[in-house]
Order: sequence, then C-alpha cells, then structure tokens
Amino acid sequence: MSATVLQNARIVDPSRNLDELGTLIIRQDKIVASGADVRNQGVPEGATIIDCQGKAVLPGLVDARVFIGEPGAEHRETIASASHAAAAGGVTSMIMMPDTDPVIDNVALVEFVMRTARDTAVVNVYPAAAVTKGLLGEEMTEIGLLREAGAVAITEGRNSIANTQLMRRALTYARDFGVVLAHEAQDAHLGITGVMNEGLYASWLGLSGTPREAEVIPLERDMRLAALTQAAYHAAQISTGMSAEVISRAKHNGLNVTAGVSINHLSLNENDIGEFRTFFRLQPPLRLEEDRLAMVEALRDGTIDIIVSAHDPQDVDTKRLPFADAAAGAIGLETLLGAALRLYHNGDVPLLRIVEAMSSAPARIFGLDAGSLRPGSKADMTIVDLDEPWVVNEEDLRSRSKNSCFEGARFQGRVVQTFVAGKSVFTI
Amino acid sequence: MTSETSPLLFPHRHLLGIKGLSPQDIVQLLDLAESEIAVSRQSEKKKATLRGRTQINLFFEASTRTQSSFELAGKRLGADVMNMSVGNSSVKKGETLIDTAMTLNAMRPDILIIRHGSAGAAALLAQKVGCSVVNAGDGAHEHPTQALLDALTIRRAKGKVERLTVAICGDVLHSRVARSNIILLNALGARVRVVAPSTLLPAGISHMGAEVFHKMEDGLKDADVVMMLRLQRERMAGSFVPSVREYFRYHGLDREKLKYAKPDAIVMHPGPMNRGVEIASDVADGVQSVIQEQVEMGVAVRMAVMEALLDPRRNAEGVAG
Repeated sequence: MSATVLQNARIVDPSRNLDELGTLIIRQDKIVASGADVRNQGVPEGATIIDCQGKAVLPGLVDARVFIGEPGAEHRETIASASHAAAAGGVTSMIMMPDTDPVIDNVALVEFVMRTARDTAVVNVYPAAAVTKGLLGEEMTEIGLLREAGAVAITEGRNSIANTQLMRRALTYARDFGVVLAHEAQDAHLGITGVMNEGLYASWLGLSGTPREAEVIPLERDMRLAALTQAAYHAAQISTGMSAEVISRAKHNGLNVTAGVSINHLSLNENDIGEFRTFFRLQPPLRLEEDRLAMVEALRDGTIDIIVSAHDPQDVDTKRLPFADAAAGAIGLETLLGAALRLYHNGDVPLLRIVEAMSSAPARIFGLDAGSLRPGSKADMTIVDLDEPWVVNEEDLRSRSKNSCFEGARFQGRVVQTFVAGKSVFTI
Repeated sequence: MTSETSPLLFPHRHLLGIKGLSPQDIVQLLDLAESEIAVSRQSEKKKATLRGRTQINLFFEASTRTQSSFELAGKRLGADVMNMSVGNSSVKKGETLIDTAMTLNAMRPDILIIRHGSAGAAALLAQKVGCSVVNAGDGAHEHPTQALLDALTIRRAKGKVERLTVAICGDVLHSRVARSNIILLNALGARVRVVAPSTLLPAGISHMGAEVFHKMEDGLKDADVVMMLRLQRERMAGSFVPSVREYFRYHGLDREKLKYAKPDAIVMHPGPMNRGVEIASDVADGVQSVIQEQVEMGVAVRMAVMEALLDPRRNAEGVAG
C-alpha cells in the first residue's frame, strides 16, 4: 500500500496536547509524520493526497462501553453492524461488554468475538470479559486466561456486584494480572424497582424511582476496596454530582481509580422522558439538570476521565412497552461525537479535553494501541468538519436498532471520513 | 367558535388523566354527569346517545367494580359493550399490550377503556389506536374517572368543591386515585391534605399541591372530606409498614379519629375496602359515609365521559383531539 497524505488538517491530538494546522503522512497502517512542521517535508512519491481544507483530524475515537447483540441477539445488533455504526461516528475502537448470550466469561467466547471482529468488523473490537461466570455474581472467571486471550478489562456489564467479599477478591486477583475492573455501581436493594430518577417527576408519573444514593453508596464501598486492594478500578458510568465527589476524593487520595460518564448523562436530564418516552429509560437513569451540570464540570476538570456512548441496542419488542416494562438503554455510537461537540461549541469543555476523553484517555486506561496521532501510532483517525450542521435522522442510522435519544437532534460537527489502520472505512 | 351552539363540546379525544383538563372541562363533565344520574334512577335505564357505537373494556388488571361500572355506563348509553379480561391470563404484563391493541383496533371500536398495571399504558395505547381511549387506571399514575366521581360526590354532598378541606389518607405512594384527586381538587380550588406514614408518601409530595401530615389527628382536623385509600396487604412484605395492627392503630379511620374532622364531614373510599385495615366497619357503614353514593356516581361520571368523548358534534365539526 502506498502512502496517504492529509494536508491542511487541523490536527487535534490530545496525546501530545496539540491543536495545530499541519499535515499527516500515513504509510501502510502507521502514521509516520504528523504536525505543522510536516507541511514543508514534501510528499512521498505516488501518495494519495487528501486536502482536508482545514477540517479537524482526530485520533480515532475509543468507546469503552458498547453493548452488542452478537452472540444471542443478532436482530438487535451484530459485531459487523455495530462496527459500521462506529465508523460512521468516528469510533475506531470499541470495548464490547460481556452481556451477550452466552456471556463472554470464557476463553472460547473471547476468541469467538475476536475472530468474528477480525472477519466482519471494520473497526477494532476489544472484548471485556465477565468478572463472574454467567454474570451471576457468584464464581470468578478465569481472569488470567481471559486476559491472555485478549480481554482488555473485566466487568459485569449492566450488572453490579453486590457481594463485597467477591468484589474484594476479584479486585485483588485482577491486580496480579494488571487487569482493570470496570464496574457500574448500583445497590442491590435500594431503588432496585426504580425505572427513573427518584423525585417529583417520577412521583407525578407514578413511576418507581431510583435515588442517587443507590449509586453513591456502593461506589463509596468500591473506593474503600480500591484502597484496600490497590487495584485498578474504573467506575463505568456515573450519573450524579455526589458520585463525582467520591471519585474526586479517591483520586486525591492517590487511588488507582478512573471514571466514565455516558454521553446521555452529559446531554440530557430526566425531563427528556416527557410523557413516558421509553427511549429515555436508561441505567443509571437520567438525573436532574444539576447532576448533568455536575457531570459536565467533572469532565472538564478531569474528575471524570472518559466519555462513553453506552451504546445499547434495543428494538421494538423491548422498547414499545409501558415505561416500567421497557428495557433500559439507548444506542449512541453514531451520535457520540456530535453530542459531545455540543459541549465544545457552547464553551463548556475545551475541544482537546473532549477529544482526550474519547481517545487517549480510554486508550491509556484499558491499555489499547489507540488514541494518538503521534508518529509511529496506528493510523486510526477520523476527519471531522467541526462546524457542519446536521440533523439526526432515524433512517440514516446504521445500527440495526433505532432506539436513539437523539432522534431529530441538531448537531454541529460531523464525521467526514474514518480510517482504521490507514484504510478508509467510512466516507460521508 | 362553536361553543355557543355546542356548550358540551369537549376538546379532547381521549381521557388519559386529569392532568391536561382545564377546570372548565372538569366542571362540564360534572354537570353532564349530574344529568346522567336520572337515567340510572328511572325504570327504563337507557339512552340512545351511543347507539351503534362499540365499546371495548380492556382490563389487564382484574377489577370487578370499575369494569362493571364502565359496562353499565356504556349499556345505559346504548353502546355495544365487549369485555376483554386479560388480567388472569398467564401472559406477562405489558408484553401483549400493543399487539392486543392493534388487534382490537382492527375491529374498529369507537372507544377503548383500559386498565393496566403499568404507568403510561393508556397513553401508549392511545398512540397506536384510531379510537378514543379512556384510562381506567394505569399503574400508580392516574385514574381520572375515579377522581371525577369523587368530585361529583363531594359536590352533591357539600354543594361545592372550592375551598373545602379534603384529607386524602393512606397509601398515597402507590395510589393513582390520590394523584388524580390531588390534581382535580387543586384545579377546582379545594385545599388538599395528605395524611400517611412517610414510607407511603412519594418523593417530592410537598411540591405536589398537598399539605403533608403524618398523624391522623392533625391531618383530619376540621376537614370537610375524609378520603381513605386502600392499603394493599403486600405492602407489609415490602417493609412500608410493619403490620396491619400498627397501621390501623395510627392510620386506620375509626370513630375516634373521625371526631377531629368537622361534624358534618363526609367519609369516602374508592373501594374495595379493607375493613379493619384502613377503615373501621362502623365508620364505613356510618351516617357520614358516602361510599355507596360514590359507586352510583361512578356510573353517571363514566356515562358523561363517554358521551363527551363520542359526542357526534366533534366529528361533524372536525374538532382536533
């Protein structure tokens, strides 16, 4: 394969804290030069030249929380369909949650996912393995072997680990293998019947609520265990200002703790549920506007490390139901960047911080070869017109499921082209 | 406007909740219901208003009283009434709601009455069918015809609703009746109180338009209306309250507690009653009780609602819902 040159590119590379106009040169699957100084280096013979006309080039985004229906629910999403949705959203690496059927809790399943991804996916797919067999919260999985087979993290996915003893053991054991445990904190009893944020709005709708404490109490427990075990702990999705305080304190105390937030909790609040709109039934539930603002602030100041899409395909049979009976979750791979750029355009969070939270930061936490435009890096990147306005249209979404919280949303900033290992995988 | 020639024009296609109704809408329905009472009291209990119309009662939760009340109301208006009870089937709640609705819709009914265990079920159904939908209770959300019949009962007993003090007592947390009543009574200018142990009150109750009390003696003081709510027995298992004995002691309505209300206060209950749990038998059957009257008003109110929704003038004048 010959070289590709991206000229007149606004290179936004958080791994080097760099935002400048310059040129990128790609040879085979690697970036060989990138920066302002490259503009004068000339062009390799026979290279394909792309004039970016000042559009931004970002490292391919890394989405650390993606639910896929394969194996088990291919009618909702396959690894291939999710990868096309990802490419269209500028996401070149995704970490796949183990909540499949069968559960990704053994080496054979990890290998199945990696093989299927290699054969059918257009982006990098990294499996995360279950912490416990069958996600039942009882017996630990073969963490060492799973790691060796290619699992990049262990997590219970949508589930939470109620058993404190087991949580301690899993953290301690995972530490020996350098594996991160990603956990969504949700109390096993408090607010367990809840289907939305507890408060006045849920009361009027007659819906059972989940209080914010249902997230904060187990998160506090986990911080104590992170201190006790000195393991790497990642709070998969936090949704309240109180949780951000807990994470901030843990970091201040030097614990090996990181945190993520879904794009939904940075963009929406409980009022978006309106009159029982089930696409907005999420786990954790959408909270108050003050919580959303606290999430934005925690992202800005670095308390929250990463933004995830929490992509969770659900279809008609799980969503076209009364609110309390509907499944939680929303798709998000294709709208992740557009929604995140709202925070940049309205001045809430600087561009480099937003891009970092979706590229170099998750790559660092999960040890992926991704998230950088530094010479020598894998040529995973996306060209983005940061200013182009567009409207999300259900019919245009590539995901097999259409349960988007952003149907009809107006975004500013659109993916123009996406490359994985130097190869174009999406063009608008 | 057509309001002069059609004073009963009701600008809604469905009745999904009290929320969304204006005070004028409510008063109109109560006035119409008042005129329906006579129909049920005469020997030939039949009108022809809904002759040729089809009413389907779709009850995912068993409810003999509400279902028969809607059935009688429809029949007395001359409609063809069909009952679909799905509550006792093994089908999991919700799963078949849309499919059932689409099937029924294909039979071209004029009005669907739905009772379902999940909040928002009636609204979901209304989006999918071509006919009018009446919410006969959806989860802990709303039960609009119950609130209307309660208001009619109060108005007939007291001559007005405005400025009356109404104490709603008991399991407000799980009660759709309480929510609909709080909205309606506020709309008509009543002073609403709720009286319950804190575990049976929803979050944010003090912002819902009701004054909050935890002791019956305080909450009933000088009340004009005492409205009791049913306490489901399974609430004990959920640790909302410890026992029937303790609940009755502090929150059950007996003669002693009723003395704190005004001497002419009326006692209401949406039924079915748990005698000895939330209400003592002598109070339920006593002179201040209007519980039987509520049942009678139920038929009248449901006749009024269906007549208003299916008013032929709506179609004739192309009123949007």
